[in-house]
Amino acid sequence: MNDTNLHEAPLATTRRGFLVGAGSLTFSAVLGLGTGGITESHAATGKLQPNAWLTIHADGTVTIMAPVAEMGQGTLTALPMLVAEELDADWSKVKAEFAPPNPALYGNPHPILRGGQATVASVAVPGYFTPLRIAGAQARAVLMQAAADKWGVPVGELSTDTGKVLHAKSGRSLGYGEIASFASVPAELPKITPADLKQPGQYKLVGKTTIGRADVPSKVTGQAKFGIDVIVPDMLYATVLESPMEGAKAVNVDADAAKAVPGITHVITLPFGVAVVGNTVEATRRARQLLHEKVRWDTSAAAAAKFDSVRARAEYERHGKDAAAKPLDAYKRGDADKALGEGGKVIEATYWSEHVCHAQMEPMNCTVRVAQDGQSCEIWAGSQAPAGVVAVASGILKTTPDKVRFHQQLMGGGFGRRIASDIVAQAVVVANAVKPRAVKLILTREDDMVAARPRPMTHHVLRARLDEQGRIAGWKHRIVAENVDAVAAPPRFQATGGKDYIGWQGSDLPHYAIPNYVSEGVRELRGMRVQPFRGIGSGHNKFAVESFLDEIAAERGIDPLEFRLSLTREDPRASAVLREVARMSDWGRQRPGRGMGIAFADYHGSLSAGVAEISLDRATGKIKVHNYWVAADTGLAIQPQNVLAQIEGAVVWGLSVALFEQLDVKDGAIVQTNFHDYPVLRMSDMPEIHTSLIPSQVPPTGVGELGVAAVAPAIGNALFRLTGQRARQLPMSAAVVKGLVV
Amino acid sequence: MATELKVNGKSTRVDVDPATPLLWVLREHLQLTGTKFGCGIAQCGACTVHVDGEATRSCTTPVAAVAGKSVTTIEGLSPTGEHKLQKAWIAEQVPQCGYCQSGQIMQAATLLARNANPSREQIVRHMDGNICRCGTYQRIVKAIERAAKEA
Repeated sequence: MNDTNLHEAPLATTRRGFLVGAGSLTFSAVLGLGTGGITESHAATGKLQPNAWLTIHADGTVTIMAPVAEMGQGTLTALPMLVAEELDADWSKVKAEFAPPNPALYGNPHPILRGGQATVASVAVPGYFTPLRIAGAQARAVLMQAAADKWGVPVGELSTDTGKVLHAKSGRSLGYGEIASFASVPAELPKITPADLKQPGQYKLVGKTTIGRADVPSKVTGQAKFGIDVIVPDMLYATVLESPMEGAKAVNVDADAAKAVPGITHVITLPFGVAVVGNTVEATRRARQLLHEKVRWDTSAAAAAKFDSVRARAEYERHGKDAAAKPLDAYKRGDADKALGEGGKVIEATYWSEHVCHAQMEPMNCTVRVAQDGQSCEIWAGSQAPAGVVAVASGILKTTPDKVRFHQQLMGGGFGRRIASDIVAQAVVVANAVKPRAVKLILTREDDMVAARPRPMTHHVLRARLDEQGRIAGWKHRIVAENVDAVAAPPRFQATGGKDYIGWQGSDLPHYAIPNYVSEGVRELRGMRVQPFRGIGSGHNKFAVESFLDEIAAERGIDPLEFRLSLTREDPRASAVLREVARMSDWGRQRPGRGMGIAFADYHGSLSAGVAEISLDRATGKIKVHNYWVAADTGLAIQPQNVLAQIEGAVVWGLSVALFEQLDVKDGAIVQTNFHDYPVLRMSDMPEIHTSLIPSQVPPTGVGELGVAAVAPAIGNALFRLTGQRARQLPMSAAVVKGLVV
Repeated sequence: MATELKVNGKSTRVDVDPATPLLWVLREHLQLTGTKFGCGIAQCGACTVHVDGEATRSCTTPVAAVAGKSVTTIEGLSPTGEHKLQKAWIAEQVPQCGYCQSGQIMQAATLLARNANPSREQIVRHMDGNICRCGTYQRIVKAIERAAKEA
């Protein structure tokens, strides 16, 4: 048996954020246009690779590179569809393949990523919408020119139809596969501009409701392979007893009992936990159980060790009121301070949200093989940030990024958890210790929760002044929280002088006619490993904003729908989702024993409005949501069925966070351990979800997170209409609500 | 110590510690990875298989407890992957990440085996132990209802 102490392992890179590797790239570089190295012809092997995005095989199969990961959001279908649409491919012959981490070729030009290659922020379809269509159109032009040359006819006489080039005059046709078997890629690729692309009315694939997700069939037969399903030859297993907080080190590790478990080969003390390695997964789990009580944690260097989420509440509230606190402006318009100081009626309210964690169904795992010389490795995992995986692994092995081969896997949920590369760092360190054998590291659910990367706990102070007509003249929103960007995106955090894009997102009011507003952040430093969480800042900020708007409407005695319609009167897209959800829910109709609440939420250019219909068990305080209606405008829907599914799923996420989820932190350690004490929404708590998409042909905006944010305020607002009491905190658990209505 | 069991109709002998959870025997020893690990304490249902026709959480079932019994996993539910639930799952486009869906389908299959036409409430009661973090519950209900109708 081996003992390896890796206290000194170089792990400085493990906290590098998801922007690692993201540079500012020109549009052509993102597309890989004109880079001869990757656009070489493969005529000799009977396949054609017109550009970095696709390969056409002699049998007519088209392989399209999917630049982002698939974690349930459907991009493994939607992105290849964009290429196939302009290529005029036969969809039944299209196969998707995960692109390797290579931001220079496969980066997302969306302003949020600026050329980075990551699966975040609901920006895959919006960001790749034009580049992928251009890639498809370019490949189509190459095929048509090759056919024209072969036939000796002008390319202008040719057309395409579903995987074939046609010459109408002579009645000839060539399948794309046939062309691929003789064609070569021209030295200079045809230049395609957005003006050359199809108009929405010409789409054959995009927008069709009959096309299902490509990954669905394999996900009903058990054949879909996730990271945890990876099996490589000669593989060891590992698990990690996770360090309870950032900076806590294992000391006094009494590994005797763990090592005595048959099949255990190594117990390795890591800078962030203790790894158990063995020949079988069950041996590692048994050893981990035995080890659990045999490790002491030195928390002297851990900032979080002094943090208690219950005790901190009063401190956050003090910082919310503290005139001497030094907030940074998040978003502003006009002069809110002046407007608030002008007298008249000022309304103020405070809101609260607890830590919540992703609790993705597939516990964190990673399989790694480090070569004998320790200079190269292969990694199998599902990652939302492959560039981070490569940076972390090459940093640990002190090698160059090209020596790290990353195999992207399907993810059993991401939701933001698979942005951080902590599990990769652990697996690489362990694999390096047992090289050249491969290691599959699988956390227990309990360790997955110990190592949670939560959404931060937040405190909100909202103030508004109403003018003589009752309009909002000034608005101020102070957010007191730990900063997610500081942990998850340090380069951006530094570049912006300490702004927390992720945590503050959603506190802007771009669709409301409020002339003077400011949102500002007061930073808490508690040492928690806060990370992006589906919906990011919107999840807590819209709860505060939309609850507060409801309070103002109540104060003025006007209908909350009418109030929001007046605020969006100059924004037809925003008022359209409000009108649509009102129509769907029959908003004005009274329902005995039920409360109705409405909220509006935008997310990265997409718009949504939700209405919740609830009742309350006053004896227990349990809220029952009976119906939830949501209207959404996401621009052009590439796969309308999947857009609806994503919105449904996001609503469920919002419901779960609104009603149940709460992580408590005691002395820096997360208290909850598994689904028995971290309840998430189950089927019996489901409302009927009614979803409507506003038809649109403007370029697509984000889908995956849009549905989350309106849910919690809609429920809170419904509770107020039912009981006259307002829950100003998340989760609105039975205990919280019972305390309000008794 | 070897344990004999029948997995997807095939007699199988596994030489493991008898306390080993059936889940890991299936996934890692027999490489039937369609059955998923979610929580390890029978709280999420991702690991659901059939033992002699009963929906069973394989993560808390020692392999010794199924000695001589018949275990069916998602891979063995239908020889062609065309169980009525699997077809309904595709028709309703249920899966998102898909990780919990093997367990969901295996759980649902035991309901339909006993009750060809379950009510909405019976479906919810039967399925409430299976967590889906992507939030596909509504489509799961629709798919079960569709499968019942088309049976």
